[in-house]
Amino acid sequence: MSQKIRVVIAKPGLDGHDRGAKVIARALRDAGMEVIYTGLRQTPEMIVTAALQEDADVIGLSILSGAHMHICPRVMELLKEKGLGDVQVVIGGIIPDVDLPKLNAMGIRGIFIPGTSMQHIIDYISANARVRV
Amino acid sequence: MKSVADPASTRKNRWEREVVEPTLRKSPERKGTFTTISGRPIERLYTAQDVAAIDYDRDINNPGEFPYVRGIHPTGYRGKLWTMRQFAGFGTPEETNQRYQDLIAAGGTGLSVAFDLPTLMGRDPDHELCLGEVGKCGVSIMSLADMERLFAGISLADITTSMTINSPAPMIFAMYLVVAEQQGADWKTISGTIQNDILKEFIAQKEYIFPPRPSMRLITDIFAFCAKEVPKWNTISVSGYHIREAGSTSLQELAFTLRDGLEYVQYGVDAGLDVDDFVPRMSFFFNSHSDFFEEIAKYRAARKLWAEAMKNRFGAKNPRSWQLRFHTQTAGVSLTAQQPYNNVVRTALQALAAVLGGTNSLHTNSLDEALALPTRETATIALRTQQIIAHETGVTNVVDPLGGSYFIEKLTQDMVDGTLKYWDTIDGMGGMVEAIERGYPQQEVAESSYQFQQAVERKEKIIVGVNDFIQADERPIEILYIDDTASDVQLKRLAELKQTRDNECVRRTLEALKAVAKGHGNTMVPLLDCVRAYATVGEMCDALREVWGEYEEVPVI
Repeated sequence: MSQKIRVVIAKPGLDGHDRGAKVIARALRDAGMEVIYTGLRQTPEMIVTAALQEDADVIGLSILSGAHMHICPRVMELLKEKGLGDVQVVIGGIIPDVDLPKLNAMGIRGIFIPGTSMQHIIDYISANARVRV
Repeated sequence: MKSVADPASTRKNRWEREVVEPTLRKSPERKGTFTTISGRPIERLYTAQDVAAIDYDRDINNPGEFPYVRGIHPTGYRGKLWTMRQFAGFGTPEETNQRYQDLIAAGGTGLSVAFDLPTLMGRDPDHELCLGEVGKCGVSIMSLADMERLFAGISLADITTSMTINSPAPMIFAMYLVVAEQQGADWKTISGTIQNDILKEFIAQKEYIFPPRPSMRLITDIFAFCAKEVPKWNTISVSGYHIREAGSTSLQELAFTLRDGLEYVQYGVDAGLDVDDFVPRMSFFFNSHSDFFEEIAKYRAARKLWAEAMKNRFGAKNPRSWQLRFHTQTAGVSLTAQQPYNNVVRTALQALAAVLGGTNSLHTNSLDEALALPTRETATIALRTQQIIAHETGVTNVVDPLGGSYFIEKLTQDMVDGTLKYWDTIDGMGGMVEAIERGYPQQEVAESSYQFQQAVERKEKIIVGVNDFIQADERPIEILYIDDTASDVQLKRLAELKQTRDNECVRRTLEALKAVAKGHGNTMVPLLDCVRAYATVGEMCDALREVWGEYEEVPVI
C-alpha cells in the first residue's frame, strides 16, 4: 500500500481570510492525504520548519493579499537551504497573470486562482507530489 | 393576511392536485428540490396559507413604525437615497487621497477607507510579518502624519467617513479626531463610522490582536467616549459581511451578526452605560449575495429582530435604539476571475437586492476584484451601477415594494425564527464571547463553507463561467498592479518620523496608555495623547500587547 501524501497548508503574511485554505485542507484530507494546517500568520521560516518537522511532500500556500512575490521566493530559498528542494510548492489565491512566469521560474507550477475546482487541485497534487520511498 | 371562508390551504391543495400534478406528469421539474444559495429549500408556490399566522400590524407594520420590517424611514428612498459609499484605499496616503478626490468629483457621497494589512494588524511596516504587505490591500497609515496626508484638501466637517478598522480602531479613530481638530471641525458635529467590530474578527476575518475580553473593553470605551464627546459618530458597524465571505449561510450571517450586536449592548450595559445613550449610534453591515429574495428577506428580518430585542430584551425606550441602520456591500466572494465582465451583472443584481431590502448605504464591488484591487475605471462603473438603480429603474419610487409578497413575508419570518433558534443556542453557552471561545460560530461557518464548495464541485450549484458556461479563449483584462513603491516610501518615512518627533514625549504617552490599560480609565484619553505625539499604530498596539497579550486561535477546519 502506498503511503499517504503529506501536505502542509499554510497562511503566510498578515491576511486572515482563511476560507480557501480551510476548504482545501479539508478537501485534501477527504481525498486521503495527511493534511497539516498551520493556522494564520506564518513567516516563511515557520512554514519551512513545519514542512521539515512534518516530513511534508507538498506545501500549499494561500495568499490573497498580494504579498506572494515576497513570500514565495523566500520559501523556495529556505527549502533549498534545508535540503528540501524536492518538496512541491503550490499556491492558491489572487495571483495576477503577470506574476505566473516569475513563479514558474522559481519552481512553482501549481498555481490556483479563484474558481479552481477542488478536484483539479487534488489531481494536481496527487500527480506531482514527490514519490515516497 | 388572515383568510376567511375558503381556507388558503384547501385552495392550495386543490391546485396541487388538479393543476400541478397533471403538469408534472407531462413535464417534470428541473430538479427534485430547489434551494437557495444557502441550501434553504424553497417551495413551488407561496400563498396566503404561508402567511396566515402573520399579523400585519403586530409583525410587519408600516415603514417608520415598530418593528420596522418595511424600513426605518416612513418615506423610504423618496426622501433620501442611500449613501453611495465606495470602499477605497491603496498605496501611500497621497495615492488614496487622489482616489477620494476622484470619487467625490464623480458624485460619491461618503468616503470609506480601506487600510492595508499592517495597519489593520497594528504593525509598523518594518515588522517581519509585513513583508510585501505595505500598501497592498489598502492604504498604509502609520501615524498622525499619514492621516493628515490622507485627508489633505478634504473637509471632515462636510463629509462622512467610514473606516474599516477593528483591533486598532481606537488608535485610528483618535488620529481622525485630531485631524478634524486641526481642520477646525467640531467633534460634536462630525460624523462617520468606525467598524470597530472585534467579534466577527474572531469568527471570520481573523484580524484580531488582543484576547476577546480586553478587546471588548476597547469597544465599550469608545461607546462611552463618543456618547460624551463625538455624539454623531457611529461607534461600531456590527458586521456580517465578513462572516458571509468566510462561507456562512445567509441565516448564519444574520443570526451571528445580530447576536454580536446584542453582546456589545450587554457589555455596554455592564460597563454602566444607559442603553439609549449608545445604542442609537450602533450600525450594522451586511453582505448582499446572489440569492436575490433570501437577501431581501434577511434585511427585513434584521430590522425586526433588532427592534424587538432592543425593546424587549434591553428595555430601550428611544425609538432610535430600536431602528437598525445598515450598510451593505455586494458579495466579493461571488465575483469570478473567469469572464470578469459578468461580475458587473452579479453586482448590479446584488445591489438591487440591497436596495429592495432598504439598505441605508451601499458599496458595489468592481468587476476586477477577483483579480486585484479595482482600477479607476472599474471603480467608476461600480458607482454608476448604484446611480442607475437609483435614478433609472424606478425602484426608489415606493417604499418596500416587495412587502406583502407571500414569499417574501414567509421567508422574512423564517429568517426571524431561524435566528431566534441560533440565539437560544448561543445564550445557552453564556453569550457570544463564550461561544467564540468554544469555537462554535467558527465551526458552523467552516461547515457551511465546505458544504457550499462541495455543491459547486458536484454542479448542484452553478457559477456561470466557473463550473458551467466556461469559455476557453478568454483574454486577460487590464488590472491595477501595486508595486513596492509605497512600501519603500512608508519605510523611509517611518525612519524619518522616529528621528524628527519628540521621542521622550512618545515614551511618556505610551507609558500613560499602559497605566490606563492596566487600570480602569477610558483608553481613548491616553490614546489621543499618543497620537498627538506622533506615536505609531505599531507602538500603540505593542504597548497594549505588553499589558494584555495577544490572541491565538485554535484553527477549526
